[in-house]
Amino acid sequence: MSNKVKLQFQRFTRTQRVLHILMIVSFISLALTGMTLKFAYTSWAVFLSHLLGGFETAGNIHRFAATIMVGIFITHLADLIRMKKHELHSWKALLIGPDAMMFNKKDWEDLVASLKWFLGKGPRPEYGRWTYWEKFDYFAVFWGIFVIGSTGATLWFPEIFTRVLPGWALNVATIIHSDEALLATGFIFTVHFFNTHLRPEKFPMDIVIFTGRMSLEEFKLDRPLEYKALVDSGELEKYLVEPYQPIVIQAIQVFGWGALSLGFFIVIWIIYAMIFAYR
Amino acid sequence: MRRLLFILFLILTYATGHSQDNSDCLACHEDKTAKTTKDGKTISLFVEQKRLSASVHAKQKCIDCHVDLKGSDFPHTENPKPAQCLSCHPDAVKQYSESLHGRAKAKGDPLAPTCKDCHGNHDILKKKDIHSATFPLKVPFLCGKCHKEGSPVQLQRNIPQSHIFENYSESIHGEGLLKKGLTVAATCASCHTPHLVLPHTDPRSSIARKNIAATCTQCHMGIENVHRKIIKGELWEKEAHVLPACVDCHQPHKARKVFYDQGMADSDCMKCHSKSIKSSRDGHVIQVDQSELKDSRHAKVACSQCHAAVNPSKVRPCESITKNVDCASCHAAVGEEYKMSTHGKLFAKNDKNAPFCAECHGTHHIMGKKDSRSPIFPTNIPILCAQCHEKDQPAARRIRYNDAKLIEHYSESIHGKGLLKSGLTVTATCTDCHSSHRELPASDPNSSINPQNIATTCGNCHSGIKEKFMKSVHSPDITKTTKQLPICNDCHSSHLIKRTDQNEFKLGVMTTCGKCHEEITKTYFETYHGKVSQLGYTKTAKCYDCHGSHEILPVNNPASLLSRQNVVKTCQKCHPGANRRFAGYLTHATHHDPQKYPWLFFVFWGMTILLVGTFIVAGTHTLLWLPRSLQWKKQLREMEAKAEEEEKNNENTNDTGKE
Repeated sequence: MSNKVKLQFQRFTRTQRVLHILMIVSFISLALTGMTLKFAYTSWAVFLSHLLGGFETAGNIHRFAATIMVGIFITHLADLIRMKKHELHSWKALLIGPDAMMFNKKDWEDLVASLKWFLGKGPRPEYGRWTYWEKFDYFAVFWGIFVIGSTGATLWFPEIFTRVLPGWALNVATIIHSDEALLATGFIFTVHFFNTHLRPEKFPMDIVIFTGRMSLEEFKLDRPLEYKALVDSGELEKYLVEPYQPIVIQAIQVFGWGALSLGFFIVIWIIYAMIFAYR
Repeated sequence: MRRLLFILFLILTYATGHSQDNSDCLACHEDKTAKTTKDGKTISLFVEQKRLSASVHAKQKCIDCHVDLKGSDFPHTENPKPAQCLSCHPDAVKQYSESLHGRAKAKGDPLAPTCKDCHGNHDILKKKDIHSATFPLKVPFLCGKCHKEGSPVQLQRNIPQSHIFENYSESIHGEGLLKKGLTVAATCASCHTPHLVLPHTDPRSSIARKNIAATCTQCHMGIENVHRKIIKGELWEKEAHVLPACVDCHQPHKARKVFYDQGMADSDCMKCHSKSIKSSRDGHVIQVDQSELKDSRHAKVACSQCHAAVNPSKVRPCESITKNVDCASCHAAVGEEYKMSTHGKLFAKNDKNAPFCAECHGTHHIMGKKDSRSPIFPTNIPILCAQCHEKDQPAARRIRYNDAKLIEHYSESIHGKGLLKSGLTVTATCTDCHSSHRELPASDPNSSINPQNIATTCGNCHSGIKEKFMKSVHSPDITKTTKQLPICNDCHSSHLIKRTDQNEFKLGVMTTCGKCHEEITKTYFETYHGKVSQLGYTKTAKCYDCHGSHEILPVNNPASLLSRQNVVKTCQKCHPGANRRFAGYLTHATHHDPQKYPWLFFVFWGMTILLVGTFIVAGTHTLLWLPRSLQWKKQLREMEAKAEEEEKNNENTNDTGKE
């Protein structure tokens, strides 16, 4: 029996996982470099700015990471189109199918049922492939890319944008860019971290986004609806893969810890800067 | 026979009742051969009537002067007394009798001159008469008869000066008189007086130390005006004892426009002071190293010029010195400045730490400020001032500066580095800003570092900048306000002046401007330029990049860097693609002012509401989730444990089955 390996359920494709890793790297880079500027009045910011190679280098890192993130976004859109072509074969399936990212009636019901469950007035709802909070995080990125990306571009090329926009639009862009970024970092490093990694059953972290696979038992309990659907359709076998070697898991955990710690550090810094050092 | 006739004639004239007329005298004295013998010398008794009648005494009778012969019979006594001048010239005679000449005569000195030795006898002429022996042009020769080198008077009598006649002839007075015929030029009598000739040790003498100024100013009336820079005129007569006398610089008989080496007086001093002697007052060694003195700026200055109030009539002429050397007696202008300075005021209060001239300049080895060995050579000045002004030194303890390490800071400043590291002796050193002799605290309106005067002080070197500054909004000429306008050191600091092209200055300038422009600086730091500067990025736009530095003008002035005409060009310095709209960027924007910047205000609050709203919703969701999640975890564990147990059981049954 010892050579018999327990198969795992594959939740994310290789492309999705690579994109998420790149997303983490670019997002943290953007957050660190951007916050040094936003909280320039704290000694932490000055220290970090020097650590990153001075303000100019920090700025270059910021713009490079932004380009990467836009690249990720575009790659993701391309991947969606590929998915539509080769797997789903229709826009309808992509947008409003049972496994679609779009919000639907089920999400509303899940939210209501979840709140009831939180308050002890009902059982844990049977979540499907994408829960409503995952969908919220997903679209938050769309929103963030649009809002932060557009204002960021304006601030990157002010001489070009002011051919059309008035000068004070740059001031407005600065406020939007920085406050939206604050929202994004704050949200990711607290709410997203909790929802995915810190909630007790996943604590300290859920590495499914890196490995792409989770144990069948966990899958069964976490996404009962999807599990049932796959069992019913008899497609579950299609998604069963062998787990990674322990050394790979260890490497992933190191990376995960790094990302988590940086995220926490940024949150603490934000709180410090906004409450204790604000001027 | 002839003698017989003469006697007869005399008898006849007397018998006829003739009063004693000159003709009576001349009857005999007209004879060119008339002679008599006195003390073994043959003396002519001839009186030339022509000369007598041309003389000032033409109308005088012989017996007016030869009073002892009045009423005497012919022939009068063989030894008549000398003619007397007293009855007509009592003052002159009195003075003469008190003079060296008169007293010598009274003692029977055969070399002593009498009236006639100078004035002649029957041929006395007015002194304005060119033929008179006392005509100015002739006076030097007249006196020289006795006082020329090698004469019995010079050889046998105690005359302290030598080569008097030769020296006088070469002096400016002698040259004027003898070569140029200026009869107003001083002759011997002008200084020594004609009749009251006295040694300079006699207080009544016209050449006594305290009378010399009065004597010289008879002719050199306005000389105190010419000497004002050197000697405060009025002191000459009031305080002659503390000042050098005219002759200390312009030696007697040798007076010229140039000073001569003073040999004699100094050698007198050096008789004692070349040895290692000690002061009787406090025991300090008062030996003078003459090689030092020769090397000094005062090489040609006589001891007594500084150590005034010497009395040459005493065995120790310095005995009469009671005061320290007062350099102000020559350096009057500097002395006045010093008195006004804090150093001078403290010195006047007998503060033992207050520096006097010698503390900075030294004593006998005084060197000019261009001599690199001198303590006042530019590169040595910080060291000199540090002696008292460095931390824990007397002056530093007394003043308690804001800047305790001012000397150290100065050395680090652009001036200090220029002076001490690059050796630029033109760089500002302590005295350039604080003045050399009139240093005063900044609070004193007369101080060179008083806020009112600082621009001028700095402008001494930075003249172009001062000009620009005086046209800027910060100039008191332009902005009339009761508030204090900034001055050079408000931005550049006093001792720690930074190089403006170095980061420390660049990053510090915002705080500097912010001291007065508080609000606008705060809002600057809210915008991109300000934030970046806080991160230490020096290339970003700083106050002076947009507003200018010394030439700041109000924005509504067309010449301002920020006027409508210039603002785009100003932005283009850093943003080459800047256009008019780009220049509309609000460099001092704040989102806290809904009146001024409504867009920013509402966008900011919109974003804040979005942010806070999102966090409240998501936060609540998370917090509600947490306890339920803990419960769920427990449930999962139980289920897991159960599943494992079942699996084990299954395995066990399988294993047993196999067996």
